[in-house]
Amino acid sequence: MPVDIDIAHVARLARLDLTEDELEAYKSQLSVILDHAARVQSLEGDPHVESAHPLGLVNVYREDEVRPSLDREEVLAQAPESVDGFFVAPPALDNP
Amino acid sequence: MTAYEPVIGIEVHVELSTDSKMFCGCAVTFGEQPNTSICPVCLGLPGALPVPNRKAIEWITEIGLALDCEVSERSVFHRKNYFYADLPKNYQISQYDIPVCHDGHLDVTVDGFTRRIGIERAHMEEDTGKSTHLGDGGRIHSAQSTLLDFNRSGVPLVEIVSKPDIQSAAEARAYAHELRALVAELGVSDARLEEGSIRFDANVSVRPEGNDELGTKIEIKNMNSFRSLERAIDFEIRRQIQVLEAGGELLQETRHWDEGTDVTHSMRTKEGSSDYRYFTEPDLAPMVMDRAWVDEIAARIPELPAQRRARYIAAGLDASLAGVLSDSEPLLRSVFDEALAAGASPKGAANWLTGEVTAHMRRNEDSELSLTGAQLAELIALVEEGTVSSSAAKEVLEGVLTGEGDPAAVAESRDLIQISDTSALEAVVDEVLADNPDAVQSYAAGEKKAVGFLVGQVMTKTQGKADPRIVNALLGARLDR
Amino acid sequence: MSFLTDLNIVEAGELLRSGEVTAVGLLEAVFDRAHKTEAQLHAFLTLDYGGARAAAEAADDHLAAGIDQGPLQGIPVALKDNMCTRGVETTAASQILAGYQPPYDATVVTRLRDAGAVIVGKTNLDEFAMGSSTENSGYGTSFNPWDISRVPGGSSGGSAAAVAIGSAFTALGSDTGGSIRQPASLSGIVGLKPTYGTVSRYGLIAFASSLDQIGPLSKTVTDAALTLETIWGHDPLDATSYAGPYPDPASGLDLGVSGMKVGVVTELSGEGYEPEVEAAVARMIDQLAKAGAEIVELSLPTFEIALSAYYLIAPAECSANLARFDGIRYGHRAEGATTEALMARTRAEGFGPEVTRRILLGTYALSAGYYDAFYGQAQRVRAAIQEDFARAYESVDVLVSPTSPTVAFKAGDRVDDPLAMYLSDICTIPSNLSGHPAMSVPIGVDAQGLPIGFQVMAPALGESTMFRVAAEVERLAAFAAKPQLAEVVS
Repeated sequence: MPVDIDIAHVARLARLDLTEDELEAYKSQLSVILDHAARVQSLEGDPHVESAHPLGLVNVYREDEVRPSLDREEVLAQAPESVDGFFVAPPALDNP
Repeated sequence: MTAYEPVIGIEVHVELSTDSKMFCGCAVTFGEQPNTSICPVCLGLPGALPVPNRKAIEWITEIGLALDCEVSERSVFHRKNYFYADLPKNYQISQYDIPVCHDGHLDVTVDGFTRRIGIERAHMEEDTGKSTHLGDGGRIHSAQSTLLDFNRSGVPLVEIVSKPDIQSAAEARAYAHELRALVAELGVSDARLEEGSIRFDANVSVRPEGNDELGTKIEIKNMNSFRSLERAIDFEIRRQIQVLEAGGELLQETRHWDEGTDVTHSMRTKEGSSDYRYFTEPDLAPMVMDRAWVDEIAARIPELPAQRRARYIAAGLDASLAGVLSDSEPLLRSVFDEALAAGASPKGAANWLTGEVTAHMRRNEDSELSLTGAQLAELIALVEEGTVSSSAAKEVLEGVLTGEGDPAAVAESRDLIQISDTSALEAVVDEVLADNPDAVQSYAAGEKKAVGFLVGQVMTKTQGKADPRIVNALLGARLDR
Repeated sequence: MSFLTDLNIVEAGELLRSGEVTAVGLLEAVFDRAHKTEAQLHAFLTLDYGGARAAAEAADDHLAAGIDQGPLQGIPVALKDNMCTRGVETTAASQILAGYQPPYDATVVTRLRDAGAVIVGKTNLDEFAMGSSTENSGYGTSFNPWDISRVPGGSSGGSAAAVAIGSAFTALGSDTGGSIRQPASLSGIVGLKPTYGTVSRYGLIAFASSLDQIGPLSKTVTDAALTLETIWGHDPLDATSYAGPYPDPASGLDLGVSGMKVGVVTELSGEGYEPEVEAAVARMIDQLAKAGAEIVELSLPTFEIALSAYYLIAPAECSANLARFDGIRYGHRAEGATTEALMARTRAEGFGPEVTRRILLGTYALSAGYYDAFYGQAQRVRAAIQEDFARAYESVDVLVSPTSPTVAFKAGDRVDDPLAMYLSDICTIPSNLSGHPAMSVPIGVDAQGLPIGFQVMAPALGESTMFRVAAEVERLAAFAAKPQLAEVVS
């Protein structure tokens, strides 16, 4: 039943820089949990479920009106690094 | 040697010109100071929630209807998960398997041949922030750091994906051009390539002619003009064929068009293809587009470029002139319609507007136009009646455009009215013939060109106001006697 | 002073309006209580005396001017630290948000302020609300006032402990899989999760978007109703917010249960349930029958796999909700030569093991090739659970069960066994999956003096019915015990 989890790949997808030991530990924990979670496969049912909202909301919108933005200084005060109104980050390795 | 055929699809991203962003009330701006149009939602702060802009949904529906798409009765948003510094939540709210619009088409004409290009889908999503790469000429791979501006984050974005029906670079360019014109006509986007409010990516593959199977699909990005779109696709087709003919293999990858060196470069590939882990956006409700709402939106669609061109052609313009007029400023086009209503000849009106009037506006860098359709019709009539010569008409037009008055009045005040009185002209013609016996002799001896000199003499004697048609007829009659 | 902190909101409100106490007086009593108990309980991450004092003075001014802002005016309130408070540190009990000050208030915070409530501080929780004991907090666990070697429950453990000991008159928590009700049950107070969509999530640091709801932890059923009415209502900033009409929970509190049909869920009993818990619940059901209710035994078979569905849906949504914590715009930033390296290192340093575990689980469940079998299938189970509930409510007005299979367990007992920890939520999870309201009422203590909670579940927007039954349970239980904690001046 349990599938072999490529835990290193999952950690990469999730941007989590974990050690080999940590990866091993998480892999076995995940196996145990997924074993239990796989019980969901015992249910037969309709393939597509769209919204779980108990009150069946549809068509919730806002009108196209401009509202005040945040004060840039207050926002940048929380930034680890900023310059001249920009957030600063290291260079990217890849394009998305 | 195998003959190859290209298979091309175009993906277009259109930034909608709504007042506020897709999921929050921040203003949609252009060129403002960085990070001045931001809020918890478009900045991806903890605890923020999206609420969709109703107008954006109406506008994407309008785009879809204009492209003859089906509008999904029920559609939902999905989260597209990937990490990138300019994507604040590290997921983009987009659409996956149930887009707002799907299965439409756009007719595209190249060299007189019209083909129908299928449209796979048009879906709604949000734009990302902007990264500027500092250090080493702004190229990503040697940058020292990245500067991030989130003003653009959250701007409503419509993605339109064509079916792989396009068969040449020229056709791709025509498709892009037509789609841009359509979107601009709807008034839902500035649709300016140079500003980035419309962006084109191409998917190019080649296969042996007659094959059904598709070749390796390669994505081309960074084409910032219609010209570079065509050239990039042209280059890529040739490149792919070269590789295959040399026995090589093509990698499914994304390539970057380099305008400076006229080649596509491979962008460094990530390990494996992207796993976006799409799932239905739990923060948003499904969208139900009922018949009444869709019909209301459909009623707002103005005359589209293709329809307009067809109307012009039906009025008697050839395809080329119809195209030029259709692409011209809305002001000029409305004068055209007015002129037709006032009884002007369509060809005449179109030629004047796309020629002299456009030239005038460009010379004077004018966006205003002091010319009504009625005035244009009057001018054309003056020329047809012979009241004003066609060259004098240009001067008359100039006078009208600078506000001197109606054409007849301008012709009068500028003394441009032709002499059409045959008997008066006869006298002048006889005078000229008498004064220039050598020319008469030359003509009689076979030099037919000599009549030109004689016409010139009549024009000089009448200060250019003689109707050249009458002069020619009179001279001809006398000389050929 | 401790007399004041033993009062409930209604009693305190009367004294405020009669002039016998001031809001500042209430605040001083609460802070005094907090200072004497925090060393043992660690219920709070932040105590904001300055902000609270200003709010108390404003409330007093309004009272003096004859302006009645409602039942929460002048009342000291605590907030779980996953709700954004402008300018006040908000961490979600995670190191990744150490020092983070939001530039905006959550909607519920704005509503509390507008009602004249006095926000005393931010309470401890399991990191990002993931857990059932508060032991997953990145800042150290909280402890149960009834026995400080035990957990107060989680994830809203700090809020539960604060209300139980009197360091707040009422508190807000969030409930995704039982995180309000279970700690309320383990700490001997009232706690409820309202119908999904009735309380705005704008400003609540998201864990699982389709499951999270904010709700009150209070001393009495009436207090809970008053708190709920202050914070709920349509919010245009939350697209999952219900536009109305809203029920009136405070209106039916004295109606009793005569003629009502009460369903007992057979799946929520048996193995794993402590005998004293089951006995106490059974006794209360008998009392309800004597008070005029008709008791019906019901089977909701999908409840057997509810936990499984939850542990696929919640982690999947959380893996996306927590992606924004990347060290770029706010919060902790690690070293990194490239954005990718910086993000990965920041997240590894900032997140604790439970959060990491759930992000990995969620990412896996959504990934290519596994979506259908895991996340997709879990959503189907969820739909089936909603159908089971709908069928049940055709024949009963409410469903009842224990809130938690056990009383408060010892700190450290379950930290190494994630699955055992997850089983704490087996009674509460179904109503998160259905979006229905549910609340916990304390009905007694076991032989060790540890509180037992009784859960009442109702259909969507059935808060009036739910409160009506809960009020009767409260009356019948006559639960007057208080935690005996020796005050230690810290």
